[in-house]
Amino acid sequence: MASEDTSNIPQSPTDDLPAEQTTDVAQAAGEPVVVARKRGMFGPADSGDTSGYGGLQREILFPGEATRPYGGWFDEVADLLEEATGSAYTEGVTVVIDRGEMTLQVDREHLLTIAQALRDEPGLRFELCLGVNGTHFPQMTGAELHAVNNFMSITHGGRRIRVETSCPDDDPHVPSLVELYPANDWHERETWDMFGIIFDGHPALTRILMPDDWPGHPQRKDYPLGGIPVEYKGATIPAPDTRRSYS
Amino acid sequence: MATQTQDLYGDDLGAPVFTASGGDWDQIAADAATLGEERIVVNMGPQHPSTHGVLRLVLELDGETVREARAGIGYLHTGIEKNMEFRTWTQGTTFCTRMDYLTPIFNEAAYCLAVEKLLGITDQIPQRASDIRVLMMELNRIGSHLICMGTGGMELGATTVMTIGFRERERILRFFEAVTGLRMNHAYIRPGGVAQDVPTEALDALEAELPDLRLGIRDLEKLLLENPVFKGRTVDVGHLDLTGCMALGVTGPILRSAGLPHDLRKVTPYCGYETYDFNVVTREGADAYDRACIRLEEMWESLKIAEQAIARLRASEGEPVMVADKKIAWPAQLSVGADGQGNSLDHIRNIMGESMESLIHHFKLVTEGFRVPPGQAYVGIESPKGELGVHVVSDGGTRPYRAHFRDPSFHNLQAASVLAEGGLVADVIVAVASIDPVMGGVDR
Repeated sequence: MASEDTSNIPQSPTDDLPAEQTTDVAQAAGEPVVVARKRGMFGPADSGDTSGYGGLQREILFPGEATRPYGGWFDEVADLLEEATGSAYTEGVTVVIDRGEMTLQVDREHLLTIAQALRDEPGLRFELCLGVNGTHFPQMTGAELHAVNNFMSITHGGRRIRVETSCPDDDPHVPSLVELYPANDWHERETWDMFGIIFDGHPALTRILMPDDWPGHPQRKDYPLGGIPVEYKGATIPAPDTRRSYS
Repeated sequence: MATQTQDLYGDDLGAPVFTASGGDWDQIAADAATLGEERIVVNMGPQHPSTHGVLRLVLELDGETVREARAGIGYLHTGIEKNMEFRTWTQGTTFCTRMDYLTPIFNEAAYCLAVEKLLGITDQIPQRASDIRVLMMELNRIGSHLICMGTGGMELGATTVMTIGFRERERILRFFEAVTGLRMNHAYIRPGGVAQDVPTEALDALEAELPDLRLGIRDLEKLLLENPVFKGRTVDVGHLDLTGCMALGVTGPILRSAGLPHDLRKVTPYCGYETYDFNVVTREGADAYDRACIRLEEMWESLKIAEQAIARLRASEGEPVMVADKKIAWPAQLSVGADGQGNSLDHIRNIMGESMESLIHHFKLVTEGFRVPPGQAYVGIESPKGELGVHVVSDGGTRPYRAHFRDPSFHNLQAASVLAEGGLVADVIVAVASIDPVMGGVDR
């Protein structure tokens, strides 16, 4: 059989194209944000392209900056926060409204100012910190690691808000919120353990789930899952990370 | 050879180390007394019968008083969140149900509610499916509280409390087995609804068990609430006031024992909890005794909800329990066979013999899974231990890009130091038991 041109067939669905530096490009409000580009339309990547769609390129779009009015209590919170923090809000906060949830994308320089206002302003009063959690987007050059904080306001009837801060992989520093919210202590240790995000100002940023001398940060996308093939009734079932996956 | 001053490699340990292997306490006490030290550091766990699993507590003692307490966790870390990124969205339920193994239904429900929010089908979930979820969750809440009371009692030396707790929980597990096929690790709640309908016979059996369950909970109350030994061990022990709770972000019975009626079933209702009649139990004492009282009273409230849910399920018999969208609904039909539960033979006959399209659809949905639109969502529900939050991120694929569980045990265990420091070493056990941590959930 003659060798076919397979250059447009992805080797695996995680074999993504570079996101082409999407984070620094000024996004018009309301425009979705490209977080990844993928090849193929459907089906597995490890067999021949019988569908003819293998060369397609798709953009993975996350919801972009929201435009006023946000609706509900979101406008009230945004106004109060802008009033309380001034330039930190106008320079460092992007509001995203999606699926009935409010996300503040905050630059790391302004995170402490914003969190302090969220906690202390009587009209905001997000007194309950529900912990931080990491997400790794290897394709988002300059903002690979995200630290996502969730807050809740008991005073204002169970309002929830999400504060997302990103940092580049080669400078993985985000300010720690432990001074403001002691509840974040173990969560920040877990996020350091799993993603390698360094929370500046944390009193004792050590590993918490993995052993102290563990190399690497297991939840990152470049950290392999591992696993061994299992034989069952004569058939071999490959390890989970080498099984067929779909784009 | 109980005393060591050097480690295995011959390095100086800095202080004498005593290794207890049981039955040698007299010698250790005598050796320690010769040192004339006021403060000793005791390593409790990771394998200790009263630490609720593999929890390690490092206690600095001054006589019998705890000066510093530190919790060491991670011994049960199994990488469930990482594993979920390599399975389909539906297979995720099979993983997350194993996190906090005493509240499997809550793990599944929180995860499925989050996936449904990402899919945008929250208001398409059939009413009957939501009612089943409520019934299962409330029974699971009783089961979890029974274990908390039972193991908590055992740690105080009361084995009868433990046997009653496990005996009563067995009634609930029997119902779970009749409905889901498994006593634990059900994977019963699925994105879009539940795996299969609740059989009428199971409801009948449950209703027949409920009077006995009531008697059992009453037994526990009679044994504990006015028991001088129990009160002596728990009243004013593990105190954490409202300010401390808010600073540490503690939720669940610990927060309610400080007097704040914060319950997500009332604050941000899900699964139709706003239509059920029940009360949020609070107390003012902020100690281990009040947390026990709250758990006991919450069981009665859960029974109230469960009865309302049973009545609704009787009225809605035959209605769908899975979302109507065939692109999401799990295609398999299950039935009770000779060997328990398995695939319905009628369904297999249909897809194998009559409908090629059904077979393709079944195959694609089971092997490949459904796609979830890109974005992120957070859902918090009231588990027996506090807020169980799930943060899921999708990149538009058939697998979760990231699924994170904010487990209440993990979060609340941070308060262990505050609860234990300044108290006696014997009270550490009561204080930790009043948090009700389950290490499967803490370490995930």
